[in-house]
Amino acid sequence: MALSKIWVHVEVNEGTVAPITLEILAKARTLADTVEAFVGGSADGIAETLGAHGATKVWATGPIDGLQGAHVGAALAAAVQAEAPDAVFFGTTYDGRDIAARLSVKIDKPVISNNTEVELDGDALAVSTPIFGGTQIVKTKFAAGSPAIALFRPKSFVAEETGGGAAEVAELAAGDTGNSGTAKVLDRHVEETSGPKLDEAAIVVAGGRGLGESDKFDMIETLAKLLKGAPGASRAIVDAGWVPYAYQVGQTGKVVKPTVYIAAGISGATQHMVGMKGSKNIIAINKDEEAPIFGVADLGIVGDVHKVLPKLIEALQAR
Amino acid sequence: MNVVVCVKQIPDPADPGALDPDHTLKRDGKLILDESDTYGVEMALQLVDKAGSGEVTLVSMAPNGEVAGLRQALAMGAAKAVLVSDDALAGAGALDTAKVLAAAIGSVGEYDLVLAGVESSDGYTGVVPEQIAALLDLPSIGFAKSVDIADGTLKVQRQTEAGYDEVEAPLPAVVSVTAGVVEPRYPSFKGIMAAKSKPVDTKTVADLGIDASAVGWAGAGQEIVDVAAAPEREAGEKIVDEGDAHEKIVAYLDGLKVL
Ligand SMILES: Cc1cc2nc3c(=O)[nH]c(=O)nc-3n(C[C@H](O)[C@H](O)[C@H](O)COP(=O)(O)OP(=O)(O)OC[C@H]3O[C@@H](n4cnc5c(N)ncnc54)[C@H](O)[C@@H]3O)c2cc1C
Ligand SMILES: Nc1ncnc2c1ncn2[C@@H]1O[C@H](COP(=O)(O)O)[C@@H](O)[C@H]1O
Repeated sequence: MALSKIWVHVEVNEGTVAPITLEILAKARTLADTVEAFVGGSADGIAETLGAHGATKVWATGPIDGLQGAHVGAALAAAVQAEAPDAVFFGTTYDGRDIAARLSVKIDKPVISNNTEVELDGDALAVSTPIFGGTQIVKTKFAAGSPAIALFRPKSFVAEETGGGAAEVAELAAGDTGNSGTAKVLDRHVEETSGPKLDEAAIVVAGGRGLGESDKFDMIETLAKLLKGAPGASRAIVDAGWVPYAYQVGQTGKVVKPTVYIAAGISGATQHMVGMKGSKNIIAINKDEEAPIFGVADLGIVGDVHKVLPKLIEALQAR
Repeated sequence: MNVVVCVKQIPDPADPGALDPDHTLKRDGKLILDESDTYGVEMALQLVDKAGSGEVTLVSMAPNGEVAGLRQALAMGAAKAVLVSDDALAGAGALDTAKVLAAAIGSVGEYDLVLAGVESSDGYTGVVPEQIAALLDLPSIGFAKSVDIADGTLKVQRQTEAGYDEVEAPLPAVVSVTAGVVEPRYPSFKGIMAAKSKPVDTKTVADLGIDASAVGWAGAGQEIVDVAAAPEREAGEKIVDEGDAHEKIVAYLDGLKVL
């Protein structure tokens, strides 16, 4: 038995719908007769994409003066009473978490975070959540009545077009933000990046503490460029300040599922592996033959990154 | 400047995690201060220092009257703590936790700022701080990578997908801080000794005016139906570099047609 209606939060990055939203729309369609989307902001330029991925309607707040959490949370709380979706789905993103948290308090319903799967168990939704760094999976059933509020990790599902026409645009009316809506965004800083995004690249070359010192991360950048991929990092070197947080792969960083993941000088802590073990092919270079990363590597090289990487770079440059 | 910091006490992440038969996290060993919350404690101490007056109060929810992690944060320099410990809280979800912490914060008295971590190391729901803000009807700024207070206004650099936003809010407010936002201090010997006699006010849910049947297993509104080992990924070939490993890698990439 399918649910009748699921709402999906739309994450917009630089004017386009983020991949995570399209992934969740695809999953929601398999569970409910009707899938609708909602966005904190304007629906301009996104209704076509959403429609093509199966959303028949997009509820839009229009421009928001402040942070998404308080404003969209309040608007949503009012709207879900009237429209009665069976579930409200979000991606585990900065704004997704904030909105889901505010909504859960406003309507006094639990929210379950970090899910990677969802199914119908009888007529209730059940979500699966990796715990202990992804070594175990807990399945939890919602038992507090609708709507169920769930947050999903990126790359949990595969986006799929349905060929639908543009989603109908409806107004998501402002709700009562009380004293909560007073935070103001003064300025936005966009960090310059080149090459493909870490979580969208077909090839990811990631470095860890085994590189020895921050200058040596240049080898990772060079290799990523040669392979038209994105550079990534373990938390150890992000915390050490070698590279920005945006490079981090793992539990508290990005989830990546590229065609090839190259881990150089990374031990393979569970918190790192939860972010990359879904990669199609994994190559690991580590001087310790006991390193846990070899447990998931399709090609494991027991060796010194300072010897292997320069030669690899040279060989690729020569092609 | 009075700052309240939410600090979670967790099993040592270095020990392999385990679940009790009732599917709650096993917590019978000694609990420690979650490393994710050492940043909030340090930030709070620095803000109070800069303001020149006020104090840092800790708020924590943990089973069995556990205070070991609180003593660590008190040793860093926090003045006092409120601990909520109650058997009724077993099985509490994020929303229950937020309700308890919000009520505990309410019991503290006047405060200007509430700090929390972006996500805890063991639960990592990442929603508790924003839920606390909603319950207290306060503005909140999550994912802070810098926090500054000038003339009663809070200024935060908030991490975003593309970079960061410069965000401002009036006080009081709730802020969640990212790891690395400040360098947490190590407690001094003097700090550790002083922490032993700092006040820890232990409360039950009834003390906070919360109905025990609305929280924990009874009130969580969610039911664990299964726990299973995650599928293992098979390891492939492992070779020792004899000076030609790069050729192996190139051949492997060639085989995948990605070059
Ligand atoms: C709550 C929590 C969340 C976390 N989230 C994340 C996360 O999102 N992402 C993440 O990555 N980590 C995360 N961590 C940290 C994680 O537990 C590890 O500490 C971290 O991943 C280790 O990084 P590393 O592999 O670079 O360093 P190390 O573990 O120090 O490993 C370095 C490796 O390099 C090898 N090496 C040394 N020299 C050489 C050489 N010359 N050539 C080849 N190999 C060499 C060593 O054998 C070793 O295996 C988290 C931890 C906690 C508690
Ligand atoms: N039991 C708890 N006691 C005190 N603070 C908590 C507790 N649970 C969560 N928090 C706070 O909320 C933050 C985020 O936790 P979480 O939502 O579990 O990822 C933590 O870093 C703490 O600051």
